[in-house]
Amino acid sequence: MAVVQTRNLTKIFKEGELGAVNNVDLETREGEFLVFLGPSGSGKTTLLRMIAGLETPTSGEILIGGKVVNNMTPRERRIAMVFQSYALYPHLTVYNNIAFPLKAQNVPKNVHKEKVEWAASLLGIQGLLKRKPRELSGGERQRVALARAIVREPSVFLLDEPLSNLDAKLRLSAREELERFHRRVGTTTIYVTHDQVEAMAMGDRIMVLNKGVVRQFATPKEVYDDPADTFVATFLGSPPMNLVENDDLIVGFRPEHFRLAEDVKEAKVPFKFKVENVEYLGAEFILSGLIMGGRLDGKKVVARLLLGHTYEVGATYDFAVPERQLKFFDRTTEKKTQARALAWA
Amino acid sequence: MNKVLIRRFGRGVTKTLFLLFFVVLLAFPFYWMFIAAFKQNIDLYNVENNPFIFNLKPTLDHIKLLFTETRYVRWLGNTALVGALVVLITLLLSIPAAYALARLTGRWGERIGIGIFLTYLVPPTLLFIPLSRVIAILGLQDTIWSLVLVYPSVTIPFSIWLLMGFFKSIPRELEDAAMVDGLTRFGAFVKLVVPISLSGILTVVIFTFTLVTQEFVYALTFISPESNQMVGVGIPIFLVRGDVYFWGSLMAACLIASLPIAFLYNLFLDRFIAGFTVGAVKG
Amino acid sequence: MGLNTVSPDAALSSGLEKPGGPRPKRAKVKSMGAAQSPMLGAAMFGPAILYIALLIGAPFVLAVFYAFSDARIGSNELHYVGMENFRSILQSPSFHQAVKNSIVFTVLAQIIVIVCSNILAIALEKKFRGRGLVRFLILLPWVAPVSLGTIGWKWILDSIYSVITWVLIWAHLVKPYDAPMWLGQPKLAMASVILVHCWRLIPFSTVILLAGRTAIPKEIPEAASIDGAGFWRTLFQITLPMMRPILSVALLFGTIFTFTDMTVVYILTAGGPFDSTQTLPSLAFATGIQGSDLAAGAAISLFLVPVLVVIAYLMLRLASRTEGA
Repeated sequence: MAVVQTRNLTKIFKEGELGAVNNVDLETREGEFLVFLGPSGSGKTTLLRMIAGLETPTSGEILIGGKVVNNMTPRERRIAMVFQSYALYPHLTVYNNIAFPLKAQNVPKNVHKEKVEWAASLLGIQGLLKRKPRELSGGERQRVALARAIVREPSVFLLDEPLSNLDAKLRLSAREELERFHRRVGTTTIYVTHDQVEAMAMGDRIMVLNKGVVRQFATPKEVYDDPADTFVATFLGSPPMNLVENDDLIVGFRPEHFRLAEDVKEAKVPFKFKVENVEYLGAEFILSGLIMGGRLDGKKVVARLLLGHTYEVGATYDFAVPERQLKFFDRTTEKKTQARALAWA
Repeated sequence: MNKVLIRRFGRGVTKTLFLLFFVVLLAFPFYWMFIAAFKQNIDLYNVENNPFIFNLKPTLDHIKLLFTETRYVRWLGNTALVGALVVLITLLLSIPAAYALARLTGRWGERIGIGIFLTYLVPPTLLFIPLSRVIAILGLQDTIWSLVLVYPSVTIPFSIWLLMGFFKSIPRELEDAAMVDGLTRFGAFVKLVVPISLSGILTVVIFTFTLVTQEFVYALTFISPESNQMVGVGIPIFLVRGDVYFWGSLMAACLIASLPIAFLYNLFLDRFIAGFTVGAVKG
Repeated sequence: MGLNTVSPDAALSSGLEKPGGPRPKRAKVKSMGAAQSPMLGAAMFGPAILYIALLIGAPFVLAVFYAFSDARIGSNELHYVGMENFRSILQSPSFHQAVKNSIVFTVLAQIIVIVCSNILAIALEKKFRGRGLVRFLILLPWVAPVSLGTIGWKWILDSIYSVITWVLIWAHLVKPYDAPMWLGQPKLAMASVILVHCWRLIPFSTVILLAGRTAIPKEIPEAASIDGAGFWRTLFQITLPMMRPILSVALLFGTIFTFTDMTVVYILTAGGPFDSTQTLPSLAFATGIQGSDLAAGAAISLFLVPVLVVIAYLMLRLASRTEGA
């Protein structure tokens, strides 16, 4: 098990253009489940592939277990990777797929059986060993990919959006299986995804990336409750945080913190809220509408509320946001800035 | 120096060496044709001279001889005429056939399709003997019409395969919509499917034409007189006067006949290859 | 219609839960009119089928017929002679030589072609500057008409003026006046015929293999690299096995093109020297047309059939295997 570090890691594909990855510094903790989160094009996969050794960095260093690995082939880095498509060898049986890394590293043949069966049992696929990949379901293929990864006991696991190819219903159970697997095996894992729900659920820490730059690198709680900039603030949370501009500031508050004034028992900031649309989702309401009056008059915001009251389209209600849930961002840099007391008349 | 970079450099060098070797091996004969076509005979037939360069000034004599004292131009004309006619016949027969087979669901469509593909495996070198008799009986011996009759049997099977794949990729809904709008099935075929498939049809045209120019056995068997011959057979057979090869003109003839066809074929290569591979490996 | 005709699809998951793997759902809805007009369908492919039957099927039957007759060019007589033709050709030494040559030339050519085209396909895989030009140059042997390319080689292999001889003399490997007769000595002539066949087939095979290689998702060799496989292991244990269908196609077509060709032999050596480079098709031509003995010629050419049948069978098996996958 090892720690992965990068120092000033940059990857530029086209001269003169912004890099796919720009000056990224990171350090994993032993055994942690680290998530690279970001939209497509954010550089998260490129970053992962550089760590794997499938892309060469333009500048910067990559260290695994304290050693600089920039000039090492993927094989020499002792890492394992699970691809989005799983990349199972279609002409080999499950057994031979799992055994391939052992074969490639010249592990003596009599040892193969034992190791393959150990890996297979870890993932509950002992019964599938004689099948070929095309006979397996999506979930089974993921497990085979994981078994192939674990069989050589790597120091680091790299997972590139392994759940994206599964349909929604399967994704949840596959996700739980991954979490269980990680708890059992405990290897340092880096997981790439664009799905913020996955990131929040699985990650010990999340690195939020956009346009090749790290926006925030913290625990799920910190990333959610204390976003470092407006990108992080809106990328996490569904529906995203409300952001309204006010002079040189951007004020933000999450839809779940925006409710009837009478229900807020702490220090609060009042708003008059005119409802324009009501969505009933069974367990909650999503209301969208306008703030009426005061400095933020006319701004569109969204509220997320549990059941209990009824809301009518066109009606105006007295809403409020708890003061401590208001976030402030500098309008020009879009970065988090000092909380201020404002007059909201 | 680190291992990865050395390995990568070494691989690049090996790759370049192999590429160079094959490019030279494969393309050299054409360079050779080019040199011979323009070299003066004194230079050409002198074993002392360096064969790779022009030791004396290049000449147009061979080309002049080719065009004025041989039937070369006539052969080119014959080939073009036969080509055009065969293309026409092939299109007329294979477009409807491919469409019908592409739209025909169920086992029969597959079976007939495979049957057609299998006929592609029956070579001219098997059929040329009985066909020579048939041609003689029909009175088409020594005329280009023998070829116009027989060549489509070579071009139609593969054309049907090419077009079948093409038509299959056109969604049925398109024709259904047209029929809802009032067209008959055949009308939809003519007014809708054919125009969309223009590039596939063009591929068949090029393929058929190149097949006609490449063909050797039938032309050699059915046609004896020089003036009626095709260019692929005329050049090797008639540009040899007795036992004397007029190499200069011969090479010029080969070069001039090969290059345009090479260009055409190259443009459509991807489609042809798809046709070959789809044939045996259903995509 | 793209080049992606080989899909080792198992690597890509479509996420369906059903074990038995994902299967594309083909709309069972019969398109309006497809069932309604079998007459139209028959009318549309009728002419083509008729053409093929008349110009391929009928002559094939005729070939068998002639093989058992005494047909000759210029004579209208036709009598049944039983196995006479077969008896005489089976005793003829040039026939034995032709059978041997057909097999040897074809097998050797395929081996050389498969190895060379694999190397070329690997070299051409990744983009580089001038790749289009290189591809054009490499394709010339295949796209130029067979007869014309062969004549080019005839000039290159000329006994006196061969450029190869010139280079060998220049490198002091051969004495002038002692030059090899490339097309005049039996062993060299055979090698020359095989050479020209390979020269023509390598481009064809390369392009097909290239298509097969690009159909392999790039994550597979990446996974192999991460798993610890080097260049050779990846090539022989992962890439080539995955390319088996494409390799088969290239091999089968290459075999047909070599085995049934008479043009190269006819132009290069005319079967000589002393029938040493004769092949079944060229012997059939020499006997049937030049020798006017249509019946014997037909009988000789019929010996192509067993090999073609085997190839047809293999192709059908290949097609059904990949379809049912």
